[in-house]
Amino acid sequence: MELRHFKSLAAFGALLAASVASTGHAKATELTLCWAAWDPANALVELSKDFEAKSGIKMKYEFVPWPNFADRMLNELNSGGKLCDLMIGDSQWIGGAAENGQYVKLNDFFDKEGIKMSDFIPATVVGYAEWPKNSPNYWALPAFGDVVGWSYRKDWFARPELQAEFKSKYGRDLAVPKTFAELKDIAEFFQKREIDGKTVYGAAIYTERGSEGITMGAMDVLYSFGFEYQNPDKPYELEGYVNSAKAVKGLEFYKALYDCCTPPGHSDAYMSEDIDAYKSGQVALHMNFAFTWPGINADANVGGDKSGYFPNPAGPDGVAFAQLGGQGISVVSSSEKQSDALSYIKWFAQPEIQQKWWQMGGYSALRKVVEDPGFATSQPYAQTFLDSMAIVKDFWAEPSYASLLQATQKRFHDYVVAGQGSAQDALDGLVKDWTQIFDDEGKY
Amino acid sequence: MLKSTVDRVAGATPHAIAKRVRGLSDRSLAWLFVAPSIVLLLAVNIFPLIWTVRLSFTNFRVNRPNAEVEFVGLKNYLSILSDKDIWLTMQATAHFLIWTIVLQVLIGFSLAYLINKKFRGNDLWTTIIVLPMMLSPAVVGNFWTFLYQPQIGLFNYAVGFLTGADPSSFSMIGDVSLAPWAIIIVDTWMWTPFVMLICLAGLRSIPSSIYEAAECDRASKWRQFWTITIPLVLPFLMLAVLFRGIENFKMFDLVVQLTGGGPGSITELTSINLKREAFEKWRTGYASAYAVILFVTVFGLASIYVKALNKVKQR
Repeated sequence: MELRHFKSLAAFGALLAASVASTGHAKATELTLCWAAWDPANALVELSKDFEAKSGIKMKYEFVPWPNFADRMLNELNSGGKLCDLMIGDSQWIGGAAENGQYVKLNDFFDKEGIKMSDFIPATVVGYAEWPKNSPNYWALPAFGDVVGWSYRKDWFARPELQAEFKSKYGRDLAVPKTFAELKDIAEFFQKREIDGKTVYGAAIYTERGSEGITMGAMDVLYSFGFEYQNPDKPYELEGYVNSAKAVKGLEFYKALYDCCTPPGHSDAYMSEDIDAYKSGQVALHMNFAFTWPGINADANVGGDKSGYFPNPAGPDGVAFAQLGGQGISVVSSSEKQSDALSYIKWFAQPEIQQKWWQMGGYSALRKVVEDPGFATSQPYAQTFLDSMAIVKDFWAEPSYASLLQATQKRFHDYVVAGQGSAQDALDGLVKDWTQIFDDEGKY
Repeated sequence: MLKSTVDRVAGATPHAIAKRVRGLSDRSLAWLFVAPSIVLLLAVNIFPLIWTVRLSFTNFRVNRPNAEVEFVGLKNYLSILSDKDIWLTMQATAHFLIWTIVLQVLIGFSLAYLINKKFRGNDLWTTIIVLPMMLSPAVVGNFWTFLYQPQIGLFNYAVGFLTGADPSSFSMIGDVSLAPWAIIIVDTWMWTPFVMLICLAGLRSIPSSIYEAAECDRASKWRQFWTITIPLVLPFLMLAVLFRGIENFKMFDLVVQLTGGGPGSITELTSINLKREAFEKWRTGYASAYAVILFVTVFGLASIYVKALNKVKQR
């Protein structure tokens, strides 16, 4: 080989080595965080600028709209993809992600860094971090506390003529409902009422069929009416719990609420459709996850004093529960940048960052933040958030949660929206479906 | 088949080109050219098909990489064929398929017949009519969800205007009895132009001399229509039915966007149901068996139909 050729080759080799080295360096200073595309994600982007500045690690984001979030991200986890280093995955995914080795177990890391789960709201630890439930095995750090609650048109409720008419009709003040029966009265009162020259309706509730909407909505009522997922003393025994007489009454109530008091065409509505109905002034009451409240409060049409917030009301026996939402943040097992991802979690867990998170519109699950004396009055919805988080229940987090959820979606939508069969049929069918799924899983 | 293709390519390869590549016969050179296509076909079509069939006899779940995969024989097939809900989705698919084909053939042929007449601006009308089929089904689905809105939708307003009904008193996509028709209307709006274009090609392929001869024999217009137009356009119509039938059997995006399979499960077509099994419940083995059943159904029906089509063409 001629010398000049050798020199050229050596120069090319050096260039190649430099480019490989620089690629490796870029990889080590960049993290991708995967989450849903919604307002809290935008707040997290802002919050994370502090992490970028302190660590020198650049944050990249993969945000997917809610209807496609599970499909897209579970595909990523199942295929062992390397897109996401950090995943803020839904609470129901914990069981599958833990058992299939898709998330890194965080116990050792928490111990080493002095991060204590007792510092977080207990319900969020159970809901977002633990698998098996109620065992000290942690797969995520509670990242975003969320729960279903209600917002209402405080300005409409305050109108003297409506107050008088309501009192004469129902014998009590038009005020925040304490029970679901009262909530239905209010929704009926507003249904097809003319306010400021516009026809308005009672309540925007969840009815969506495709992902998890109607389940997240109906469960709020069912829990408060007495629905239990299983025999508390004998796991996976469903008969008589899932389809108890009280659960049947709860599902009948949800259908009655859908039939009497929702806006026309509200047959496939979830978070975004409900918030649209509320913000456009169509409804007096609005069921939605708490993440929507900062947006409502800031809205020009319905924000400020025009809206109020209240937790899920009680069922006939006086007990109230609410559907848990929210997510924990996990390190993805297939990520090649696990140590950097853990450093992000370490940064995120700091009390001052959690405080900032709350101020920017994220719902912190850190007790130090929510138990601060000033927290309850820091925002108009803060107390409702606390009250709601105190009464949460969550859907199955089993590895087979998707099959369990799809069966529920079908049974509930068939009865509530399509009007096929009875509530008893729907819940008996659900017992059959769930039993089959657990049987396939070898739970019996 | 493959061997004869290779021989044909080898025969057609100019000797001079083959000579330039040292050490390669015409036949080897032909194999070299055909090989990439064969490899690609095997990789993206044949292998996945065989793999799907293999998975259909197992309990494999793609989201359980640690779980042991068991051979379950015909269990998946038996549970699919005995599942009441799957038969309901088959019924929903058949209802959608039959009505869309009937409406699209009737309207498409009528439009083609009208457009085929020479009148001023018929090219413009043709362009306007074919516009819907140029749009993405997802966009069309989204667009029609707004048109079907009880409070702001133009469709409800038009129905209300024509019938005197309150537009907000009915929901096309929220009512069990109306939702299947809501999808049929949109699919017909979107794909009738396709049928029209095929029929138009058929109509324009009929030589005018046949009609002139019929005129000489004093055949009435009606008689000409039934004895000349229909038989000569029939192969084209059958081709349109074949295309639309296969397309609508696997219809997915439009329905997902419009109704998501609801209300309840009334518009849950087999493709949507299959997607739920495969990518929401992650029952990979079960979904593979489901896909094989659907493939065999479509392939079987299409083969029978193509034979009938060939017979009509040979008449």
